[in-house]
Amino acid sequence: MSDSSRSFFARLILALRAFNRTLRDRAFADGVARLEQGELPERAAAVAVAEAKPPLREPPPDSALQLLALLQREGRLIDFLEENVGAYSDAEIGGAARVVHEGCHKVLHEYLRLEPARTEAEGARLTLAAGFDAATVRLTGNVVGQPPFTGTLMHRGWRVTEIKLPKLAEGHDVRVLAPAEVEL
Amino acid sequence: MSEARYAVGIDLGTTHCVMAAVDLIASDRDEVVEGIEAIPQLTAPGSVEERTLLPSFLYLPHPDELRAEDRILPWGEPQPFVVGELARAMGGRTPIRLVASAKSWLCHPGVDRRAAILPVEAPEEVARVSPLQASMRYLEHLRAAWDDRHPDAPLADQDVVLTVPASFDPAARELTAEAAAAAGLSHLVLLEEPQAALYHWILASQGGWRKQVRVGDIILVIDLGGGTADFSLIAVTERDGSLELVRVAVGDHILLGGDNMDLALAHAVRAKLAEQGVQLDPWQLQALTHGCRAAKETLLGDATVETVPVVVPSRGSRLIGGTLRTELTRAEVTQNLVEGFFPVVAAAARPASRARAALTKIGLPYAQDAAMTRHLAAFLGRQVGATRDLEGFAGRLPEAATFLHPTAVLFNGGVFKAPSLLARTLEVLNGWLQDEHAPPARLLEGADLDLAVARGAAYYGYVRRGRGVRIRGGTARAYYVGVESAMPAVPGMEPPIEALCIAPFGMEEGTSAALPPQEVGLVVGEPVRFRFFGSSVRRADHVGTVLERWMPDEVEELEEIEATLPTEERQSGEVVPVRLHAAVTEVGTLRLEAVPRIGTETWKVEFDVRGEG
Repeated sequence: MSDSSRSFFARLILALRAFNRTLRDRAFADGVARLEQGELPERAAAVAVAEAKPPLREPPPDSALQLLALLQREGRLIDFLEENVGAYSDAEIGGAARVVHEGCHKVLHEYLRLEPARTEAEGARLTLAAGFDAATVRLTGNVVGQPPFTGTLMHRGWRVTEIKLPKLAEGHDVRVLAPAEVEL
Repeated sequence: MSEARYAVGIDLGTTHCVMAAVDLIASDRDEVVEGIEAIPQLTAPGSVEERTLLPSFLYLPHPDELRAEDRILPWGEPQPFVVGELARAMGGRTPIRLVASAKSWLCHPGVDRRAAILPVEAPEEVARVSPLQASMRYLEHLRAAWDDRHPDAPLADQDVVLTVPASFDPAARELTAEAAAAAGLSHLVLLEEPQAALYHWILASQGGWRKQVRVGDIILVIDLGGGTADFSLIAVTERDGSLELVRVAVGDHILLGGDNMDLALAHAVRAKLAEQGVQLDPWQLQALTHGCRAAKETLLGDATVETVPVVVPSRGSRLIGGTLRTELTRAEVTQNLVEGFFPVVAAAARPASRARAALTKIGLPYAQDAAMTRHLAAFLGRQVGATRDLEGFAGRLPEAATFLHPTAVLFNGGVFKAPSLLARTLEVLNGWLQDEHAPPARLLEGADLDLAVARGAAYYGYVRRGRGVRIRGGTARAYYVGVESAMPAVPGMEPPIEALCIAPFGMEEGTSAALPPQEVGLVVGEPVRFRFFGSSVRRADHVGTVLERWMPDEVEELEEIEATLPTEERQSGEVVPVRLHAAVTEVGTLRLEAVPRIGTETWKVEFDVRGEG
């Protein structure tokens, strides 16, 4: 039990702010972790936290290119997207779409485990309690007031629970999404 | 030698390999800790993935075709060849460098199995491999994969059970054991695939199998894999109050499997496209085969679907413009697959047989008759007497029966993923049974069609240690050598040959046959060859029995055997009388030795696998 004089609501607001910033700001999160473990931060350290730039990282391109190569190999996705669909009839596009759908579906389910972000049926009414994960649920429309929020599920969302891409050899050039083929 | 921690089952299949293991320490009686082992393999250049199946394909790339770093595996140095998924994919584009169906070549009597002959169509500059080497490569890959995952329990120290078709002859079994030994698997036993499937069924029942069969049952195992069809009959008997399983008969080697079916469909669709003026190149035909397989599974799995579109993607980057679209109809699948491979025939039907003509062209001896049901009818008809002398089975089969009546059926192999093919086979069999007033055969449920053989093999490695029921039965054939008859020679005629039994039916692993009373002459310093025969129906012959004549269906000629006596202490050209002694090794191979009248030394008699016979 805390003997602080702050009111419950003041503490709640502080908690939410700390929550948001912990998610956004790594250095801040490190400070919170130290505080939570009972260490009192030194003044200088606190200044350093305040001056740290918001960290935006650049994800390495390897796995993105690897996934694209798989979608091309199994489902010819890049061939399909790079073609001018305006020149063909819907029936022709439909035939090719089967190749793309079958292959890409296979890749999606072989290398990723997917599940909807929300399990409710689309169109269902649902209530979001305070502290819901804003990354998993996006609020749209009349976003005002305080949680709990009640609304209609428009899209269930998707979430990857597991990803397992093929291991790559050192020096393998992932930028080659599909090698050219030369028949001798 | 360190104690084995695992019993490892390896299904070295015609089209793919599977590996499974039972943890011997963690398992206790019916509580078996087992599972399938993932097999890392190249799935694209420079890209390694774990898969449960290792496609049994070996690709021999051109030196400039694949960079060394793109052939690297989680273990060791890159090899100059590729095994598995990538081999299959590359072979689809460059078939002249692809070795496929090595297992079928391993038991092909027309070729030298130790000679570098594969790929048959390869140009001069490709360093070919022998069927034996190809099998070795797959086993080496499995061993490396295992050792990589289990560094504390290398495969060489584990109990390994390697499966072979029940129909494999002694020479093919020996070659398989030789490939395994060369790949470093030192604690090895061989197991027949249909038996492995039944062991898996026992394992999957978690002890409940005893309630699902009863004394007097005859279980028919139909194993239809990618490349071969294999039949076995297993009887349920009783000893000391508990149920026992005895394998009483195995079928002939039939090169007919799921791949033939997919190819048959693809050719039917290709013919349809050809009528529209569209010609397919080999690459497109392969894509079509792939498409037909998926479409077939949809059609056979869902009775409400009448047509399934099949598309053949263009080879170039213009996907939309170049893609061919056709469809596979229910009628086509019914006509080509169900009626083509599983026709409703009478129990008296027999397959069209292949004439024993000279092999003018090198190629696999595929079954002449594609009708599985006719092959099944022939098997059950030939084995009508299989249980006659089995204790507890006297009088169970009516006198007038024209074929052995199975009471239960276990299906195995990827082909039976299509429920309608399974239902058709059962319907045909039960029709035969009904015609002879016998009750219909029950379907034994719980099969795991692709993985059962490997898992059952691993489980067999476990029960061999006395921790579960074992299927008895021993060798499924009696073996004979050809000796020239003592009849006076008739000028211009080959002297008639008699068959001398040297190994009776049902020899168990690790046992020896008696020495036959008859002697044969070996010439010192010269290879002497004997004709060699096997019979899967003559159960009563014992060592020393001489057959003067036999029915063509009864005794089958195998490859010749050959013995060479070293010249030491003897004069070259001298004739030494010897007796031929047969034993079944612990591994499960047949070993033949020449034993002279005097002295203690013996000489090994080899199976001739050079295919000159």
